Amino acid sequence: MPVASGPGYRRRAAVVTVAAIVLGVLHQDFWWWDDRTPVLGFIPIGLAYHALYSLLAAALWAWVCFWAWPDHLEDAAAEGDAR
Amino acid sequence: MTPLLIIVGYLALLLGLGVLATRLFRGTSRDYFVASNSIGPFLLLMSVFGTTMTGFALVGSTGKAFERGIGTYGLMASASGLIHAAVFFLIGIRLWAHGKRHGFVTQIQFFRARFESDALGYLLFPILVGLVLPYLLIGVLAAGKFVLPVTAGAFPDLFPNPGTRWAGGIPLWLTGLVVSLVVLTYVFGGGSRGTIWANTFQTLVFMCMGVLAFWLIANRLGGPENATKIGMQINDKGEAIQTHGYDRKAKRLVEHPTPRVVGRVTHPLSAEQVADIRENGNLRPHQARTVIDVEFDRRHPKTKATVGTFKREFGIPWLMFLSYMVIPLSVGMFPHLFQNWLTARRAKTFKLTVIAHPIFIMIVWVPCVLIGIWASGVLPVLPPDRISATLGAMVSTMIGDPVIVGLVGAGVLAAIMSSLDSQFLCLGTIFTNDIVLHRARRRDGDTARYDERRIVWIARAFIVAIVALTYGLSMWADKAGANVFDLAVWCFSGFSALFPLVFASLYWRRVTKAGAFASVIAAMAVWFYYFRESGFGGEYVLAGGLMPAALALAAGAVALVAVSLVTKPPSDATIDAFFPKR
Repeated sequence: MPVASGPGYRRRAAVVTVAAIVLGVLHQDFWWWDDRTPVLGFIPIGLAYHALYSLLAAALWAWVCFWAWPDHLEDAAAEGDAR
Repeated sequence: MTPLLIIVGYLALLLGLGVLATRLFRGTSRDYFVASNSIGPFLLLMSVFGTTMTGFALVGSTGKAFERGIGTYGLMASASGLIHAAVFFLIGIRLWAHGKRHGFVTQIQFFRARFESDALGYLLFPILVGLVLPYLLIGVLAAGKFVLPVTAGAFPDLFPNPGTRWAGGIPLWLTGLVVSLVVLTYVFGGGSRGTIWANTFQTLVFMCMGVLAFWLIANRLGGPENATKIGMQINDKGEAIQTHGYDRKAKRLVEHPTPRVVGRVTHPLSAEQVADIRENGNLRPHQARTVIDVEFDRRHPKTKATVGTFKREFGIPWLMFLSYMVIPLSVGMFPHLFQNWLTARRAKTFKLTVIAHPIFIMIVWVPCVLIGIWASGVLPVLPPDRISATLGAMVSTMIGDPVIVGLVGAGVLAAIMSSLDSQFLCLGTIFTNDIVLHRARRRDGDTARYDERRIVWIARAFIVAIVALTYGLSMWADKAGANVFDLAVWCFSGFSALFPLVFASLYWRRVTKAGAFASVIAAMAVWFYYFRESGFGGEYVLAGGLMPAALALAAGAVALVAVSLVTKPPSDATIDAFFPKR
């Protein structure tokens, strides 16, 4: 399949990689490790943070899908249809 | 009896859906295996999500939260939200494109072509089948462990279930048999399309029923705030206490006149912890991730007499939390997910799956984890081999209405069956394509003696054999006291250890056949060593909480890079086929 290359593609790949690593670090959440304060009265803060984190992960991938979608893969797969 | 009738009605509905899908079957093997690459965004999202969330998600997560607390969500759910979506984006779409371009329907076909090696296929085949099998067992076990407490009391003469707390409940062997037969029926007839339709329906059912169960249990416990407040506590004497219980007959929460002591910490509390308790109230080990070891009495399920003790570690060691992040990489190597990806109509079909998957995980896991920590305050302390019954016990104890119990029961079975079906289909597919048809091609030069109809019937025969094998093994695993969550983690660990192979095959031109062999052998050797150390499926962590999966993955990655760099690169033809220039 065609290899995506060029400065634009590489820059986008680098930005996405950095964003994913930042999210990976944010997952460690050592700052609320011992804290049991309830959020909304019933969700311990360690759980509330990670629930919010799930939404952040969805936002990251939504941004990636719209900003760095690998369009070239569609063309490559179409070669199979042509055959 | 009512819950049982509702569950039976649900299973009949599922069979009807299977029959409908069979009518739309186009008669070709490609339609049977990958629905002729015709599936759109919504069906792909629901089927991929339904496939990745098995009994592990509902039954296992509730049990693990009951055992370890809120850290269960961070361990698997939020990490999976990030990493699963990343794998769908980085691996799934590329494999779909290769599959469509080269006509692959199985993972092994891809690896054989990419690494120019038949033998690699024969090496991967038993490993992939061997790792999917425990995943199948998880489903059958989880179904049985949920239905037993939910139907307790319904058939006291027929199923006395001596030695358990659930006299009259439907035993695991019967639930497992019925679930296996129902899944077999719609997979057998409808193939991939029937599986995807059933998955979509079942995913909708289990998501709605999970939220319904959460809301009803919260109400029974006096609202979510109160439910969290009454979770198990540890006082300044180091005693694990329950302040409340649930009166099943009166259907209400009752406060014990004096807190009930159910266990004690194994090490004296630190001065800091004692000061914290005096200032902020008792510790709540399920509501933070600080590690606390507690010893509990093991009681006889009927007489309640103490028959021994067991220890439980609450909280999550930091190194365990960190190293668990490699486990969601397993989705990159799931053979059934590979097949699911290939059903997509276009690359853009993946967008909705990539974006919505983390949100769906949150919708399913947050309620389950909360139910698990609430259970710590009102259920008897279940020993390690019984924690998989936590969700079933909460539903049957707290939700009195038999209609609702039946609906929630159907929801749990939906979650379980939506994974079983893809896995049964996948194993039938790889047996047919990677062994039977592959050998015919090697022997005769083509597969002319196998027409489309015959290929589909071979796959169906394999699926029947796999269902029978799974059922037999799950009965054995139950007798051996297998824990749904721990067994699942071993299965995922094995797949994640193989992740370097799939990643390198898509992104590194220089990776070689020898490097691929070295990676698979090194990863599986390390994995098997620790699997054996765990007693073949128990919870097992290394010093500081490090997960064996991290070491197995590292071994696979190092072997892959080191051996590839000193061996002959792949041919130009292969590089051109898998990395052509635009």
